[in-house]
Amino acid sequence: MGNDLKKRLIPCLDVKDGRTVKGINFVGLRDAGDPIELAYKYAQEGADELVFLDISATHEKRKTMLQWVEEVAKEVNIPFTVGGGISSVDDVYQILRAGADKVSINSSAIRNPQLLTAIANKFGNQCVVCAIDAKQEQDHWSVYVSGGRTKTELELFAWAKEAESLGAGEILFTSMNQDGTKEGFALEALSKMNEQLSIPVIASGGAGSMSHFKDVFTLGKADAALAASIFHFGEVSLPDLKSYLWDNQIKTRQIWN
Amino acid sequence: MKVGIIDYEAGNVRSVQFAFDRIGVNPIISNSNDELKSCDKVIFPGVGEASSAMTALRKTGLDQLIPNLKQDVLGVCLGMQLMCNHTEEGDTRGLEIFNTSVKKFEPGLKVPHMGWNSIWEKSIFMKGKGVPDDLDMYFVHSYYAELCEHTIFETDYGIPFSSGLKKDNFYGFQFHPEKSGAWGEQLLKYFLDA
Repeated sequence: MGNDLKKRLIPCLDVKDGRTVKGINFVGLRDAGDPIELAYKYAQEGADELVFLDISATHEKRKTMLQWVEEVAKEVNIPFTVGGGISSVDDVYQILRAGADKVSINSSAIRNPQLLTAIANKFGNQCVVCAIDAKQEQDHWSVYVSGGRTKTELELFAWAKEAESLGAGEILFTSMNQDGTKEGFALEALSKMNEQLSIPVIASGGAGSMSHFKDVFTLGKADAALAASIFHFGEVSLPDLKSYLWDNQIKTRQIWN
Repeated sequence: MKVGIIDYEAGNVRSVQFAFDRIGVNPIISNSNDELKSCDKVIFPGVGEASSAMTALRKTGLDQLIPNLKQDVLGVCLGMQLMCNHTEEGDTRGLEIFNTSVKKFEPGLKVPHMGWNSIWEKSIFMKGKGVPDDLDMYFVHSYYAELCEHTIFETDYGIPFSSGLKKDNFYGFQFHPEKSGAWGEQLLKYFLDA
């Protein structure tokens, strides 16, 4: 059975009040805090998709979101996902209309699981990414909300499966144990999730070296891998990473400049 | 050159509009039969569900207009699927331009087929234009058009299917050229030059 589908590499940008946060150290950028310029740069370098998480604290500031989403859509020629504080079908309509391809839903999907179904019914499940933050406690993976501050009763694998049946088109799984450690992705949990789901899984949390990406696609069986600081600080460049993965028989999109 | 994007409440016309803006063509977005007829090139986009999209086309008579257009028409994603004979999605009769049927992907691989996949050229569209053999385009779909005599691009996802179709002045891309990086924009330019 042939299959030429490529593994995806996805830089993630946190945006607050219309500006990217986390010290971004990119050579050659006039304004490293400008989400549009950064998105353009990543697209040029071979990113396969982008994820933007809006972490603005207030509703007022979040209104600026639609402005930069539209600017990104104008400038960038690859798909992108927008998440952060999306809690209604109307929020989704506004963001997709501004030009985003997908939305990422996290806490709102747990508070109101039918939201996933409502969005999928209206816009199709291909635009619904269900983001799940989870932490391994002994043998149990607990789901957290509110940026990892609040523990829920939900168990990771059961919730991922339920999200799929409710209408999610992809799962973005962040392992809180791995996040920020640069010690590699949560391979066992990813592999298990991947076997239980029939929708794509995006792995997040733990990327620290090129070999971690090889592992996440082979041992972790992920369809896509998301990372932030390793790309932002230039520790790993997308072109180098892609050629490394090809050398290891992992197919990614080639740019052919 | 006047490029018209068909607006029929099915999907994201703005992404397509922005892509043409980036390659220096400012398209119009319209559901008016007269206005679309006056365009040099017509784009028929589409995201969503097939039977409701066909209903939306019928409301404005676009189902009659599209197959009778004489200028070049490019269907993208669901637009391309609706230009086929029939789709299993909602058991929907299509515009019967491309002589093929649209089926649901069998269980086994993940659905939707989402991400970058190779398009293999089966007929002359880009040949001799310095395009690399193994070109990746961005796909998002759960149904596929079977191979047929109108296939110009073939893609493999468990089963080989039509990722590009061409018959006379009608073209179809299953992938999203507007989201497929610089080469996607290049394919839009080739369509404008065709």
